[in-house]
Amino acid sequence: MHALEVKDLQVAYDKKAVLEHVNLTIPKGSLTAIVGPNGAGKSTLMKAILGMLKRSSGHISVLGKPYSPKNRNVGYVPQRGSVDWDFPTNSLDVILMGRYAHIGWFKRPSKQDVTLAKEALQKLGMEAYANRQIRQLSGGQQQRVFLARALVQDADVYLMDEPFVGVDAKTENAIIDLLRELQQKGKTVIVVHHDLQTVPEYFDHTLLLNRTVIANGPTELVFTKDLLQKTYGGALAFFTAPDDRISG
Amino acid sequence: MIQDLVDSLLYQPNTQWVVLSTMLLGIASGVLGCFALLKKQSLIGDAVAHAALPGICIAYLLTGEKQLLVLLLGATATGLLATYLIQLITATTRIKKDAAICMVLSVFFGTGIVLLSRITQQAEGNKSGLDHFIFGQAAAMTRHDVYTMAGVAAGLIFISCLLFKEWKLLIFDTDFARNSGLPIGLLETLFSTLLVMTVVIGIQAVGVILMAALLIIPAISARFWTDRLGWMVVISGAIGAASGVAGALISTIRTGLATGPLIVVTAASFFAVSFIFGRKRSLVQKLTAHRIHTERVKEESV
Repeated sequence: MHALEVKDLQVAYDKKAVLEHVNLTIPKGSLTAIVGPNGAGKSTLMKAILGMLKRSSGHISVLGKPYSPKNRNVGYVPQRGSVDWDFPTNSLDVILMGRYAHIGWFKRPSKQDVTLAKEALQKLGMEAYANRQIRQLSGGQQQRVFLARALVQDADVYLMDEPFVGVDAKTENAIIDLLRELQQKGKTVIVVHHDLQTVPEYFDHTLLLNRTVIANGPTELVFTKDLLQKTYGGALAFFTAPDDRISG
Repeated sequence: MIQDLVDSLLYQPNTQWVVLSTMLLGIASGVLGCFALLKKQSLIGDAVAHAALPGICIAYLLTGEKQLLVLLLGATATGLLATYLIQLITATTRIKKDAAICMVLSVFFGTGIVLLSRITQQAEGNKSGLDHFIFGQAAAMTRHDVYTMAGVAAGLIFISCLLFKEWKLLIFDTDFARNSGLPIGLLETLFSTLLVMTVVIGIQAVGVILMAALLIIPAISARFWTDRLGWMVVISGAIGAASGVAGALISTIRTGLATGPLIVVTAASFFAVSFIFGRKRSLVQKLTAHRIHTERVKEESV
């Protein structure tokens, strides 16, 4: 059984196709990178999978069942820039939002929910910032709050949109430790990733995307110079790393 | 004047009811106003208020009598139509939201004024008191009007408390809310409907022109006192209530003064106090922070 299966997905903005004939499967328990140039449709793919964008066609299965938010088995970490950080709320409160699906309508978070949220904060080294208004956090701290929120969702498959963008080295390490821990627990983590240098080190499965799937498989088979060239076209020149690193 | 005020509060049941209902109205619009502000929909509230006028006039022309509930139904209908039109224009044309709101607001209000002039030209229309809907006249409300307004306002406050958590997530992070299994479309529609209802029950006391101020001013004032949405909603409700009560009382006692402008002036003084002395990013705080910073810089450079 696959963690995620996408069949013939198509997405168009203003009648212009952004994603075409996307077919892919992501193995259960993998740590997967989605890699591709700007405008390749990486975020679009993630949003289309989660039904946040209208699909022209396509079928999405998560762990063998059609995707539905009601199954509560998919956790989501949006791009940091997607929310208003001036919103009147603090770190702990944002993390508690990850519990809302479990809490149910009209009810307030229970003591157990608060404990879970505090544990998640602690795991990401953020316990001192529980009552901090979210605007007063650094970019890396904001990203860690988002990860903690996904953590308390207690999902089986996680989709994360560029969690490593604009974070300091300390946060990057905290995030990758967390992703590996999730993987050890049998969860599947799928990450939109922009830093080619770290792909072989961080991820065991890689999806190369440029408006359609260029390649999808174990990182050591997919992350080759030829396939990257095919994904990025001329733009790869900017990224070219030593050959030994790419064939990693 | 103080004596008048105390007397009427103590001995005139009608005044007590008017005060109670404007208080509930103030709370409802303070609470809904917070969500509207964070959802960046304050201007929609203004458009809805202006768009309510033609609805009131059409309802009056159709029934020929001044039945508040019927007039408010008319106001709700055109108010909802205006929100729908704004969404439609933004979604299907290249016209941007601010322009769409401005257009819908002025066209609906213009139509309303045309209809209103027509009504007041007629003999019995002149006595209908429909022109009070422009700037609001709390004293003109009958006992029955007051019950209607208080009941609806209490209902709106109750629903907002129930849906507090869901609306918070919806407004802060819609994508995450959808992935959490919340019915986004339903919650959005419910919010728009409650916002329209808040505006509609307020127009008799506050008037179509200034009703939006009672949505916006308490909410932005409350933001200067807290960084928590729960407290913001409570403080905003309290400022709305105080403004509503003060405006209604002054206008009832000094008859002739329109209620809406008085409410807005009261709310604006709350805003001024909050802006200057509030605990979060107010003027005083910014100035002291700046002073502490310059002193530290001086010390370090010595």
